[in-house]
Amino acid sequence: MISKSRRILINLGALFVLMIGAIITLAWYFGQQELAPLSAAETSVSLNESVERLNDAFESSWKELDLDSAPAAPAHTVARRLSLALTGATPSLEEIRRFEKLSDEGDPTQSWLNHLFEDQRYNNYVAERFARAFVGVGPGPFIIYRRRRMVNWLSEQLAVNRPYDELVRDIIASEGTWTTNPETNFITAAVIQDGDNKGPDEVKLAARTSRAFLGISLDCVQCHDDKFGDRWKQEDFHQLAAFYAQADMTISGVREKSEKDYETAYKGVKEPSVVEPKVPFAEELKPEAGSRRKQLAEWITDGNNRAFARATVNRAWALLFGRPLVDPVDDIPLEGPYPTGLDVLTDEFIESGHDFQHLLRLIAASAPFQRASGSNDPDKPVTIEQEAAWAAFPVTPLRPEQVAGSIIQSASFRALDSDAHIIDKFRRFGETNDFVKRYGDQGENEFQEESGTIPQRLLLMNGKLVGERTGENPIMNSSTRVAHYSSSEKQAVKAAFLALLTRKPTAEESDHFAESLKKKNPKAKARASADLYWALINSTEFSWNR
Amino acid sequence: MDTSSLGPCNGKDHLSRRFFLRSSAAAGLGWLTPLSQQLARGAEKSGSRPKSVIVVWMQGGASQLETFDPHPDSAISHGAKAIKTALPGVLFGEGLEQTAAMANDFSILRSVVSKEGDHERATYNGKTGYRPFPGLVHPAIGSIINHELPAPTKNGVTVDIPTHISITPGQFPARGGYLGAKYDAFQLFDPVNPVPDVKTWTDEERTARRMDSLNVLEKSFAAGRIATLEKERTLHQSSIKRAQSMMTSEQLTAFNVKDAPKAEREGFGDTRFGRGCHAAIRLVEAGVRCVEVTLNGWDTHINNHEGQLKRKQELDPGLASLIKGLKERDLYDDTIILVATEFGRTPKLNVTDGRDHWPNGFSILMGGGGLRSGQVIGETDPTGKSQDPAEKVWVEDIHATILNRLGIDHEYEFMTSIGRPIALSDGRPISALL
Repeated sequence: MISKSRRILINLGALFVLMIGAIITLAWYFGQQELAPLSAAETSVSLNESVERLNDAFESSWKELDLDSAPAAPAHTVARRLSLALTGATPSLEEIRRFEKLSDEGDPTQSWLNHLFEDQRYNNYVAERFARAFVGVGPGPFIIYRRRRMVNWLSEQLAVNRPYDELVRDIIASEGTWTTNPETNFITAAVIQDGDNKGPDEVKLAARTSRAFLGISLDCVQCHDDKFGDRWKQEDFHQLAAFYAQADMTISGVREKSEKDYETAYKGVKEPSVVEPKVPFAEELKPEAGSRRKQLAEWITDGNNRAFARATVNRAWALLFGRPLVDPVDDIPLEGPYPTGLDVLTDEFIESGHDFQHLLRLIAASAPFQRASGSNDPDKPVTIEQEAAWAAFPVTPLRPEQVAGSIIQSASFRALDSDAHIIDKFRRFGETNDFVKRYGDQGENEFQEESGTIPQRLLLMNGKLVGERTGENPIMNSSTRVAHYSSSEKQAVKAAFLALLTRKPTAEESDHFAESLKKKNPKAKARASADLYWALINSTEFSWNR
Repeated sequence: MDTSSLGPCNGKDHLSRRFFLRSSAAAGLGWLTPLSQQLARGAEKSGSRPKSVIVVWMQGGASQLETFDPHPDSAISHGAKAIKTALPGVLFGEGLEQTAAMANDFSILRSVVSKEGDHERATYNGKTGYRPFPGLVHPAIGSIINHELPAPTKNGVTVDIPTHISITPGQFPARGGYLGAKYDAFQLFDPVNPVPDVKTWTDEERTARRMDSLNVLEKSFAAGRIATLEKERTLHQSSIKRAQSMMTSEQLTAFNVKDAPKAEREGFGDTRFGRGCHAAIRLVEAGVRCVEVTLNGWDTHINNHEGQLKRKQELDPGLASLIKGLKERDLYDDTIILVATEFGRTPKLNVTDGRDHWPNGFSILMGGGGLRSGQVIGETDPTGKSQDPAEKVWVEDIHATILNRLGIDHEYEFMTSIGRPIALSDGRPISALL
């Protein structure tokens, strides 16, 4: 517990740092300094070919379904989607200005990805999203589990774009202590603390493994054979669990102990018996040598184990779209049938040597990701059918930390804390944490799509985070700054739209808000500007991906 | 280890998550409209049923041995002292004097068991009556009650404030699960503060201008997008309208314990938990269906006796005043009280004088709402060796009992479009309480 006075001190400190930052930013921004454009990316030939294969698949499926695809999304909108998915916040005004300076020859999507992949916000944020699937969101076992260390470790791997198969092998076969070998927290997170040293719970680990790394909900057959198909038997699950039987908790951390066995009593049998490890499919891929966990790790990540690649593709897709290709994200049928795109992407991911950034580039370049979520003709709006076939970009709710991150980001011109994700920086101030909690976090079910709730609306209409960032404070808030310094009302409106919605206003919007900003009294002008920011933050499109 | 019983499916057939999600999406949850709602409505008319539930949640794992099930003459007490209660021969741990004096007003369940020894999983189990099942979130008891019973009214007026509330929520506040986020508990952090986020920062005129601007934005967002987006997916504008009626509701004063008479405030203790208990009474009086009040900090892996005593000193005045306050306002028969925790603590002390997690026989209290009181149910082994207490009560049985008492058919099964059912609770009502 942080004491109250200490918290006030931290808050004051934070405020001070922010103020200084804002003053520097202001001086810099209005000093008419030339902004360096983003480096333009040439799309590599191999990526182009892959995108073509992928798009062929989608286009022929749309043709078959007799669906038109939605028009292309504006480049700004694509950039917003990518920033939200990969940094957890909308892009800053400064980033947008640099983005706009891109020469026409470069591919804006790939250039934007270059920019994001170099930014620590990317690895920090995506690490947190991965951690939800790998270790969950709970506090876990006392002392021996350090979630933060696990996330930092994941972040380091993502920063150097470590091949994803290597990363997963490390996690599954990890040995050592939870502090010096942070990847072992995958194992320690599953330790049962009830006084007896039973070591990590094989059942918990098997459930996580099959869901996170194979995209299969094998834990559904933990108690009985599959009732909805004959594919899985109860043994399949427990034989997988047996691979974790020898993971032991010792003074030097997680170690393999070869004499340990896994026992269970199958349905209808009273006495538990020893279960030998056996993989649930593609046995030929499993090596014979090595510890049980090493064998499992090799088998899962083998280039010919398509379930592993599929699971990763589906998760990457969900990360970028807010909705997986196969829903739920961790329940992909082993033998298909698969939705359009999944097979092509799976091939590509394997061929690239499990290159995660390549996978993100490919999905971002795909026709579905480049579609708008609406049509240009109000009389012929996008339909549910188009959306279901990915012929239009799906409208999905943003996650609470994305909403909080965007509010905080929008109050500043520059990308905040580009050396650390906004959430990390602000968490200690309590306000973001509080915001996320009250907004309602879905925890591990992060792709569950929920409608808006009353507490969410209250939080955005009247909450402290929004109130303070749209208030009349010329140093803290871009809402006031824009009103004071922009050369015209229309320009101020445009800046506000870009900062909050990453798009330019329509003519009607521009007229409406420019009119409202026409105030002689500087105070009245600042108030009108705060009202503009408030309206933008409380609009549907601020809280939804589109 | 033997994990045969660690299944996520409570021994009953669960439905496939894939089928479940698909069908619930397809049916827009309309199929959840239950017959039991009508039954419950009928029951409420008769006036014989309680209307609300208050859950006092001891987060972290309250030690049965230092609270409601002491064995002072046994080695497992490790020196912890016990006190007499209003029930002859029934002892509580020291520090619970006020609650002990009211032991006639509730039942003491000493043989509660579950299969969950991890905080998050066990709390989920305790609050929903189901064991965690990845990908499918079960609703908490308060969400079920709100879904099953009709929207409450007070003196003929609809209740505009949230009717499912979590005060000083811990890490795992009650959630609506598959009933939807709108059944999540409304979270209130410390009732000494005003209800968060219900006051606008602007005057009426300016608020009206803001709403006008919002309409301009909503119009352009809707243009060209899926026609049913607002109605069937975002519910954005309708939530704004409902939030506004809450903001202007006079019922908000129910949250305000700060301005209650001093005499009324004092008994609860000057703690967040005490204020939470105080607010719970006022909220139930205003028509709220379920209030959860959390008292954190029971996870005493180190220095168990000291840690438990500190928590008891907060629990005792708050809980006793809660019961007293409900009785004074003639609300006790209308309100079920559940004092629960995710698990108990081990009979043996660890090397740091702490007790670890123990789901094999722990204690909870249940009272009010016309439940039978003044009795002890179940018994644990004074040597601490047995993991099999007499008259065992499963966590899910508590859920079944509460639903049953409220007139809700706990066996009622939500039917999916493919005919796969899931029961409100798959526990068995505890007959000794009914």
